[in-house]
Amino acid sequence: MSGQASDDNAILRVEQVSKQFVSRSGIGARNAPVIRAVDNVSLHINAGETLAVVGESGSGKSTLGRSIVRAIDPSQGAVQLKLDTGEWVDLARLSERQLRQLRRHFHMIFQDPYSSLDPRMTVFDIIAEPLIYNERVSRAEARRRVIEVLELVGLGERHLNHYPHAFSGGQRQRIGIARSLICKPRLIVCDEAVSALDVSVQAQILNLLKDLQQRFGLAFMFIAHDIAVVEFIAHRIAVMYVGRMVELGETRAIIDRPLHPYTEALLSSVPMTDPTRERSGKRLSGEIASPINPPSGCHFHPRCPYATERCKAEIPQWRELEPGRFVACHFAAELRLAGMIQSHTPHHELHK
Amino acid sequence: MTPSASLKSTEPRLKVEGLKTYFFLDHGILKAVDGVDFHVGEAESVGIIGESGCGKSITAQSMLQLVRGRGQIVAGHAVLRRKQGEMVDILSLDPDSAEMRSVRGDDASIIFQEPMTSFSPVHTIGFQIGEMLRLHTKLSEAQIRERVIAMLGRVGISNPEVRIDEYPHQLSGGMRQRAMIAMALICHPQIVIADEPTTALDVTIQAQILDLMRDLQDELGMSIVYITHNMAVVAENVSRVYVMYLGRVVETTTTERLFKDPKHPYTQKLLRSIPHPGRPVERLEVIEGSVPSAVDPPRRCGFFTRCPSAMAGVCDAAIPALTKVDDEHWARCFLLSDEKEAEDEWSSL
Repeated sequence: MSGQASDDNAILRVEQVSKQFVSRSGIGARNAPVIRAVDNVSLHINAGETLAVVGESGSGKSTLGRSIVRAIDPSQGAVQLKLDTGEWVDLARLSERQLRQLRRHFHMIFQDPYSSLDPRMTVFDIIAEPLIYNERVSRAEARRRVIEVLELVGLGERHLNHYPHAFSGGQRQRIGIARSLICKPRLIVCDEAVSALDVSVQAQILNLLKDLQQRFGLAFMFIAHDIAVVEFIAHRIAVMYVGRMVELGETRAIIDRPLHPYTEALLSSVPMTDPTRERSGKRLSGEIASPINPPSGCHFHPRCPYATERCKAEIPQWRELEPGRFVACHFAAELRLAGMIQSHTPHHELHK
Repeated sequence: MTPSASLKSTEPRLKVEGLKTYFFLDHGILKAVDGVDFHVGEAESVGIIGESGCGKSITAQSMLQLVRGRGQIVAGHAVLRRKQGEMVDILSLDPDSAEMRSVRGDDASIIFQEPMTSFSPVHTIGFQIGEMLRLHTKLSEAQIRERVIAMLGRVGISNPEVRIDEYPHQLSGGMRQRAMIAMALICHPQIVIADEPTTALDVTIQAQILDLMRDLQDELGMSIVYITHNMAVVAENVSRVYVMYLGRVVETTTTERLFKDPKHPYTQKLLRSIPHPGRPVERLEVIEGSVPSAVDPPRRCGFFTRCPSAMAGVCDAAIPALTKVDDEHWARCFLLSDEKEAEDEWSSL
């Protein structure tokens, strides 16, 4: 069911969302520089699907995630969420009070398992907080539900009265996941949820997220910079650059046959775990442009090896080049771009 | 036979033997590095890989005697061949001596993970990079400025004659890491220890920085020790790898062999637990649990608590020795050899 490109099964529809910040030095000043952190982004996520959002730091991927769960208020656009009743609500337009009643339907998991849990609260209090807040359940009922989710994430009743400092990074991330599951949400936004974990612990958490998704039909928006992790967990990938979406499509299609030069460059930068493989010669030069004063036309043109005069002058249209395959590049149909270089070492040598 | 005994005819640039760095804490002794041997040849790149808590960063800091506070290098030798060819055991020097200071920066330098905290915020990057030349050479201020500008240009910083007078906060993360590399290389050291040099950077910038380090290595002929948790960085950049777990090297061989035919259960599990780009799988293998504490560790194989092949009464009765298991391939595991690590005065501590 999951991974389909059409949006019949969508539970989230992000429509032309933008977020502008006023540069801190300019608050109150006239002509304060405006930072377009997210610029007219549209996407959808299906039930049971993982959509990864990738890009360099400064691409706006975290701001997009935070705008969706209303950790910050989007400046324009709609964030449509489908409720259990089948009814759609626009999260962007809700008042704080209305929002509070709907918060249990979506949740966010953060990168740093050390700073995202309150050190003075026990595991029970941390996990039960959203439940007691949202559903006004009795303490006994809360206890039962907390133990249930703790077991789902591989912890148990014995951990109920411990404080966060007693846990390792991986266990803390499990506690964060348990907290996000307690109200049975439909959508979880994971912002670099495994980036701070050790490699051996990362595998545990990635498998856990996959299991939970299959069991409960959860939708994940998975914000990440590690393409190998994204390739493992995501059904579709959205690529952002300086606030704009530049490409979106199914994971294999994006990785094997990118349509946007930025995606191609990103893939060629990924270091490979195969020492026999030739290193890719293609390198992205320079750094990501500043969103305060982004380049004209296509934001990527100063770093793009295929750029022409048109790219400097004209903003490329966000268009559906093939079914489910969106791209914002004037020359997407003509360019023949390289995907991630496949390994020489056969698959079975490392993974049976 | 130990790895360092199998050297080819050329003497290594740096040869470390029996390094032990302990932290004497209130609640016990943290054996962060507990008997590490490694060597790096002329113009060679080697990798030290491991998860957090394995002791890789303390190994790096020990090389330049930068361990402070309650940490102490309690045993070991690190013999470095200096620029003029004389051999010196770095670990026998007083950390604050003039000789140790002349080694740091001039013969051997270190690139840290976080360039934001490694630079002083109140001095320009040009001043801080030039400080190395002020310490180690007799160049005039004008010559120093010229050398720094040339080096900044060499590491890919545009407008170096302007950037030299900027403060660290004015540079982006990637630019600061380039400035950090310029500082490490300004005296043309013989050996560079790169402690997670690209971990804080985006993949695109990581690729640029690693390319840059390879180019500089070809040009200047320095040896590099990459300290990292990233398997792919190791696969693409080094000729030999040391895998560390809980303060010890558990396996070492050439990079190709390590990825093709890992021998130690930890390395095998580790390689299967990471997603390999371009080779997607449905599920990742998992190493259960997490790295145990290195405070007062029992005398047993460090991987005993998580090893799928652990043998009770064997693996928890002694520490396996690092033994030769194949050509250019050493591992520390009782499945491969019965040899036990010899005890010394520190073992019973």
